[in-house]
Amino acid sequence: MTQKYLIPLAAVFLLFLVAYTGAGAGLGWFFGIVFPYLAIIAFLVGFVIKVMGWARAAVPFRIPTTCGQQKSLPWIKQNRIDNPDTASGVFVRMLLEIFLFRSLFRNTKAAFSRSASNRITYSWEIFLWVAALAFHYAFLVVLLRHFRFFTSPVPFPVQFLEALDGIVQLGLPGLFLSGVVLPAAALFLLARRLFDQKVRYISQASDYFPLFLILGIAITGISMRYFTKVDITAVKEMTMGLVTFSPTIPDGIGNLFYAHMFLVSVLFAYFPASKLMHLGGVFLSPTRNMANNTRAKRHVNPWNYDVPIHTYEQYEDHFRDKMIEAGLPVEKKE
Amino acid sequence: MADELTPDELLDKIDYGTDSGNWLDTTKSVQIRPGMYCYAAKPESVETLSLPNARSWNPTEEDWKLPDNWQQIIHEGIKERLERFRTFKIFMDVCVRCGACADKCHFFLGTGDPKNMPVLRAELLRSIYRNDFTTAGKILQNIPGGQRLGGNRPLTLDALKEMWYYFFQCTECRRCSVFCPYGIDTAEITIMARELFNLLGLNIDWIATPVSNCYTTGNHLGIQPHAFKDMLEFFVEDIEDITGVDCTPNFQKKGADILFITPSGDVFADPGTYTCQGYLILFQYLKEKYGLDVTWSTYASEGGNFGFFTSHETMKRLNAKMYYEAKRLGVKWILGGECGHMWRVIHQYMDTMNGPADFLEVPVNPITGTKFHNAASTKMVHITEFTADLIKHNKLELDKSRNANRILTFHDSCNPARGMGLLDEPRYVINNVCDNFYEMPPNTIRENTFCCGSGAGLNAGENMELRMAGALPRATALKHVHEKYGVNTLGTICAIDRAALSTLCEYWVPEVEVAGIHELVGNALILPGEKERTEDLRMEPLPGCEEEE
Repeated sequence: MTQKYLIPLAAVFLLFLVAYTGAGAGLGWFFGIVFPYLAIIAFLVGFVIKVMGWARAAVPFRIPTTCGQQKSLPWIKQNRIDNPDTASGVFVRMLLEIFLFRSLFRNTKAAFSRSASNRITYSWEIFLWVAALAFHYAFLVVLLRHFRFFTSPVPFPVQFLEALDGIVQLGLPGLFLSGVVLPAAALFLLARRLFDQKVRYISQASDYFPLFLILGIAITGISMRYFTKVDITAVKEMTMGLVTFSPTIPDGIGNLFYAHMFLVSVLFAYFPASKLMHLGGVFLSPTRNMANNTRAKRHVNPWNYDVPIHTYEQYEDHFRDKMIEAGLPVEKKE
Repeated sequence: MADELTPDELLDKIDYGTDSGNWLDTTKSVQIRPGMYCYAAKPESVETLSLPNARSWNPTEEDWKLPDNWQQIIHEGIKERLERFRTFKIFMDVCVRCGACADKCHFFLGTGDPKNMPVLRAELLRSIYRNDFTTAGKILQNIPGGQRLGGNRPLTLDALKEMWYYFFQCTECRRCSVFCPYGIDTAEITIMARELFNLLGLNIDWIATPVSNCYTTGNHLGIQPHAFKDMLEFFVEDIEDITGVDCTPNFQKKGADILFITPSGDVFADPGTYTCQGYLILFQYLKEKYGLDVTWSTYASEGGNFGFFTSHETMKRLNAKMYYEAKRLGVKWILGGECGHMWRVIHQYMDTMNGPADFLEVPVNPITGTKFHNAASTKMVHITEFTADLIKHNKLELDKSRNANRILTFHDSCNPARGMGLLDEPRYVINNVCDNFYEMPPNTIRENTFCCGSGAGLNAGENMELRMAGALPRATALKHVHEKYGVNTLGTICAIDRAALSTLCEYWVPEVEVAGIHELVGNALILPGEKERTEDLRMEPLPGCEEEE
């Protein structure tokens, strides 16, 4: 059981060490240039293949999970978001699902107490939702902030986001909130996997690995910004080289940076083959992205085929005598 | 009845303390245990529809008499379904195992068995999918320890048996799907798994025999046409005793306005029979007052569709009767009775499978003029939509006091709730026929409703321990309102519920009775020319008439 998380943990350490020592041994070009390019290619190609695979699969039936009152009689109030019958309703439902994790927000915790009353009680369980939301948004902010390294001049939205992220104005260099929230939320999600008995039982190595990897990325990044420091001009020269397809390896970047870069690259390369593809899947989930109007508007199944049925005529042939005797109408008297 | 276990013993068995090992190691030790599984499909029933591998077999025996190439059949079956169903493909790929679904399943809450957590139920199949259908899985196969690390496993006989056991412990209620951030619907995965089992002839008899009956005799219970007519006429006699009015229905009447189809369970067993009498009274009322002509059919005498629990193809083959008969009789549209999965099939599948129903008209209630735009294409209306519309337009004369002895709560059936959204129509009807209505706690009703524990073909006798365990969350909510408000009647709009909840009540909350909504309508509706009623449809004294007995 412990190997489910110890192996991913060891793997992330190993990846770190490989890059750290490798860069020290003069392989910076590999960890800084070759592998990142390969990783980005793997990410893009893998992502597209996966999504195309889903998109190619047919949607034979319109089967949304309805989470509220349907549209029926005009005087019965429909829940337009949780049971949408129009594209705009679906759009709002999907927005809420994708940006606010609406379904997860509903999460409850059931507890059964074996006592005189034997009650099952349900309480609202908000922490998973909070942590998930914090994690994803912090990650997004971190990702967007890093566009500073791949653009020159740095566009205004990125600068604005940076200012917002650093709004507490604490310390020098200024503390980024995302730098606190991301590892904290990741640690909470990790702790949940380790200490909640049920979640621990269902967790696989592939659930721990991305968490450790992201923690590794966060730790190396934070370390460079606040503690060990790097030559930021050299780093930008290098990253700009990557996006302009004229890669260079400036001096004095430091091995830690290569380790950081390598872990990020591993994350990108790993992404399409992993559960992280829920990023793409959430958009395509038929139980959420379809309108509940199947009775009003016919849905066509692209592979619908004819099937043998037992016709009325066969039925009547089988039961004619009994039907006549019982006074039931028949098509043929004989 | 769960002979072996008293409610207390069953409660003692619940242990949410999952073991700390790796679930992949537990497959071999899964015991297909009496009380928890349903008997195997009889070969005759499988043969009726020419489904594969009809033979007699026993799940508890070592040899399941599978074809030699069974692994290949399943492999190709999965492959085909991954192309045909986007749901299946996405749900195999995107689960992050966050665990939000874990304690949403009534079977998990009632048994504590970790493999009843929806996520783990799905992982039973997903582990095989990852192993055989993903690049990562194929790479990991070649690395020592890789399979285990990926949570992947090959399709072994033990794995097949484990899946069979647990996918027949899912009632396709979709409650987990409400809470999943990606909308992963275990019902959809269970549907796929059961389709795969059926490729090997691994159905259960409680599904296969109703399917076979439905195919040839027109209904699950195998009631032949003359017997079906007899049964309804028997109700007509009862109603005449109670009300003094003759409610004789039409059968197979060509040119009738509406074809009415309800689950055959309502014709067959109490308390569904009282609901059926309610329909007869309503139709008589509408005929007498407004000249509405409703017909029944012995050929399309089944609203339910156990084909839905077999395969999409079988579902389509059974469902085809509805349109076929409507077309033959030349009715304007179809009205459907109170049933759960029947309505999921009609609402989300029928038109797609067997439509377009261009030989029918967009349903209009001729009495109120209401056009049912929500059923414009499928042309089938739910009876609570129909009755609610009649009540709203003051077209029914109702005497609520005849239900005054009923202190009612309402069980939302899974399929109308989460596969349709029919929530307020039945409540509107209830509030117009009964004064004492109390809701169960919010986490257990509407889209959060808990399954009766016996849906999706699991309403058998031999798996009673499973059913009563799965019934626990519903039962505790019911018990709560029984104790708090003195609720004595559990209203429902599902034929399976009327059977299953009756057993549930008997086991967990014996003081509560189960009633269909149209039983209450039948009690309250004042028929033209009726005598003074002293009894309800159960032939029990009406409130206020007790002393006269």
